[in-house]
Amino acid sequence: MADLHLTVDDSTEAERAAVAAVLDDDATVVVHETDRLVRGGMARRKARRNLLLPALHALQAETGWISPGGLNHVCGVLQVPPAEAYGVATFYELFRTDDPGHDESVVHVCMDTSCHIAGAEAFAQSLEADGKRVHRGPCLGQCERAPAQFVQGRGEPDHVPADASTIDAPGSYRVPQHGSADLRLLQRVGVVDPTSLASYREHGGYAATEKALAIGPDAVIAEIRAAGLTGRGGAAFPTAIKWRGVADEHASRKHVIANCDESEPGTFKDRVVMEQDPFAVVEGLTLAGLTVGAEQGWIYIRGEYPLATARLAGAVEQARTAGLLGDDVMGSGKRFDIEIRRGAGAYICGEETALMESIEGYRGEPRNKPPFPSTHGLFGDPTVINNPETLLNASFIVLSGADAYRFAGTEKSPGTRLFCLSGHVAQPGVYEVPMGTTLGELIETAGGATGTTKAILMGGAAGGFVGPDQLDLRLTAEDTAAAGTTLGSGVVTLFDDTVDFTALVIRIAEFFRNESCGQCVPCRVGTTRQHEVLVEMRARGSLSDERNLLIDDMASAMADASICGLGHTAAGAVRSAIQLGLIGARS
Amino acid sequence: MSNPETVTQVSVRIDGDEVVVAAGATVLDACSAHGVDTPTICYAENLTPVNACRVCVVEVDGNRTLVPSCSRPAEDGMVISTDSERVRHSRRMVLEFLGSTTDLSQAPEINAWSDEYGADATRYVEGGETISEPVKVQDDLYIRDYDKCVLCYKCVDACGEEAQFTFAIAMSGRGMGNRISTEFDVTLPDSACVYCGNCIGVCPTNALQFKTEFDLRAAGEWRQDEQTVTRTVCSYCGVGCNLELHVQDNRIVKVTSPADHEVTHGHLCVKGRFGWQYV
Repeated sequence: MADLHLTVDDSTEAERAAVAAVLDDDATVVVHETDRLVRGGMARRKARRNLLLPALHALQAETGWISPGGLNHVCGVLQVPPAEAYGVATFYELFRTDDPGHDESVVHVCMDTSCHIAGAEAFAQSLEADGKRVHRGPCLGQCERAPAQFVQGRGEPDHVPADASTIDAPGSYRVPQHGSADLRLLQRVGVVDPTSLASYREHGGYAATEKALAIGPDAVIAEIRAAGLTGRGGAAFPTAIKWRGVADEHASRKHVIANCDESEPGTFKDRVVMEQDPFAVVEGLTLAGLTVGAEQGWIYIRGEYPLATARLAGAVEQARTAGLLGDDVMGSGKRFDIEIRRGAGAYICGEETALMESIEGYRGEPRNKPPFPSTHGLFGDPTVINNPETLLNASFIVLSGADAYRFAGTEKSPGTRLFCLSGHVAQPGVYEVPMGTTLGELIETAGGATGTTKAILMGGAAGGFVGPDQLDLRLTAEDTAAAGTTLGSGVVTLFDDTVDFTALVIRIAEFFRNESCGQCVPCRVGTTRQHEVLVEMRARGSLSDERNLLIDDMASAMADASICGLGHTAAGAVRSAIQLGLIGARS
Repeated sequence: MSNPETVTQVSVRIDGDEVVVAAGATVLDACSAHGVDTPTICYAENLTPVNACRVCVVEVDGNRTLVPSCSRPAEDGMVISTDSERVRHSRRMVLEFLGSTTDLSQAPEINAWSDEYGADATRYVEGGETISEPVKVQDDLYIRDYDKCVLCYKCVDACGEEAQFTFAIAMSGRGMGNRISTEFDVTLPDSACVYCGNCIGVCPTNALQFKTEFDLRAAGEWRQDEQTVTRTVCSYCGVGCNLELHVQDNRIVKVTSPADHEVTHGHLCVKGRFGWQYV
């Protein structure tokens, strides 16, 4: 291979076969010894770089790690410099680059918020006592069934033990509000067979896309604008502006991406939708692609969601067979297809530009903005990226109209919203309520709090705590902002008065320390120093004035000078906990 | 709005004064043109900005957060503050963070900024995480002391698409575990390294340094103020790279090239950088 220096380590037959299984024949870059990359392979090499992540997944699944020989093989096939591929492999939680020394599956146990108070550490120890290999890690997106586990398989597929019942009986899953006539986004969950396109279409599936094709892109975007739909991933950006921007771009390629990398501690709404109504996500992405003129759609889903991944893959396959994806979508003459990419354990890859870097085969480090994805997105092309819940809302708006959408919610925050309730609440789960519902009403819908609520974490680790005096808070963007908190990704985690908030907040700080990509100084060092100050606080029993000042100084620098939202929000929960007197107070 | 294709100049306001720069100039360019001194660490004039260190941040009206001046293009009508409380605070914190993490003993420019901004790197929890690795001495040409590394990406970019296209080193790990590394941390002689030394040329903290300098420092004989710098043309081939020979006690101790030189842009090959033993 020309111009590529590989180490002497050889790959095994098993490693080569595993990589070959995920790469099509066309993927191997053929560069002869006499070629110069500048002439023969540079462009092709870059075009194939995005296959690096799937290839690393294949190695990890086959041998339990990315061996030097395996990495060499992938680098040779894809013509990726080994130092760069090593940098990518070492970035992700689900990959390891040292020999595990065993061939057993590894049980990942969530240590964050809801699982933390549900005895995650004791659970991990009990698994270890049973002889299991345990890895303590970040939120697994199963907060309603804490403490959560995810099995990274060796000799068996990756799986979540709790998924067994819904795998055995597709369509048997029940959300707590099952059967309610008020459900829009969750209306098909537990009603349709998530493995059947026919079932999806019987329940109104693809009517929205049919209508979108009939009325045309401009009318679709105008309707979404009139509805006032905003993004549901956490940043609440107006969807119509994104779509209009990309639709107006003149480019040979455009992309639409479903950001299914739901990783905010406390969030599991997208998982439930993807597992139980996967065709709705596929249709929503298709509708977005047809509207903005993109021919390529991507689903980037976190690696810890094996069932959702399988169901989405099945949905894409069936849609393609039925002509709902491909060269002539629904006979419209328009081309659109979807590729699914698995993440490999990195909270930061939920950040839209980090996600794009990850798809492209690079480390999931966020890009500086501007430029924004609507002009310079995936592979530098104009790109729409939306949360699955946003896509479902778009389908609803196209089918039922802006007025119907605005029938629920408030003037400034129209529509319904999915909330993830967990922690000390009677019926943890995903709930769909109109925007403007109060926090107290939402909690009552979930059967009320258990115990005496001391604090509620809004928006996840990136959000902040509010006290039980906030039960009258209306759940809208404007009301939560005025109260100094956030809806974020719809996290509402309840904590009663038995919780050790010091331990909880230290874990939140540790989460950010572990999940910071490390690219920029304020976040890389700030999240580390913040965690260290809190650990010191536990030993000392309280925070001195100097320590409070330091925490504030670090928080404002992270919020002001970090590249992305991770750093901007990494101190929010800590500071709110101090302000509410949950931690740090002198006795 | 004027047609962007016809705009050749943009006008911005920096700390109250109007500054006119060519279209395409960055905020940092505008600040420099206006005589405003801006601290930079990961920025280099011969590399594309990665805006990772965040020490060059400024306040731009209408932006929720501070803006890295090194990479943000100046736009007509921008109102920029370079010395507001917010700017000074974030710069101070970046310098404190680096000081609490990294051995900056051979980074006098950064230390001067730390003094200027009042950074106190000692106020953090004692025993906090630092890089803390032994110096990598793997050959006779240069050493890597990652305790001094600020993870600015400059060496990675100089090794890769910004200059050398060798790709011997890359960022590895995550968060505070980030390290500049070869694949599996193999030694430089086992890696793709071609010993152009362009990584040394861009390093802002002396984490990468000539073995000659490293040995002299270890012996207590490194005397920078006594060194002379002689500019000459490399004699190996006809490209015309300019060399700066750093001489102490009548011996060459290291070789650099001017970043603004039209042939090298500061970059050399192994012969110009290290092939001076015949002198």
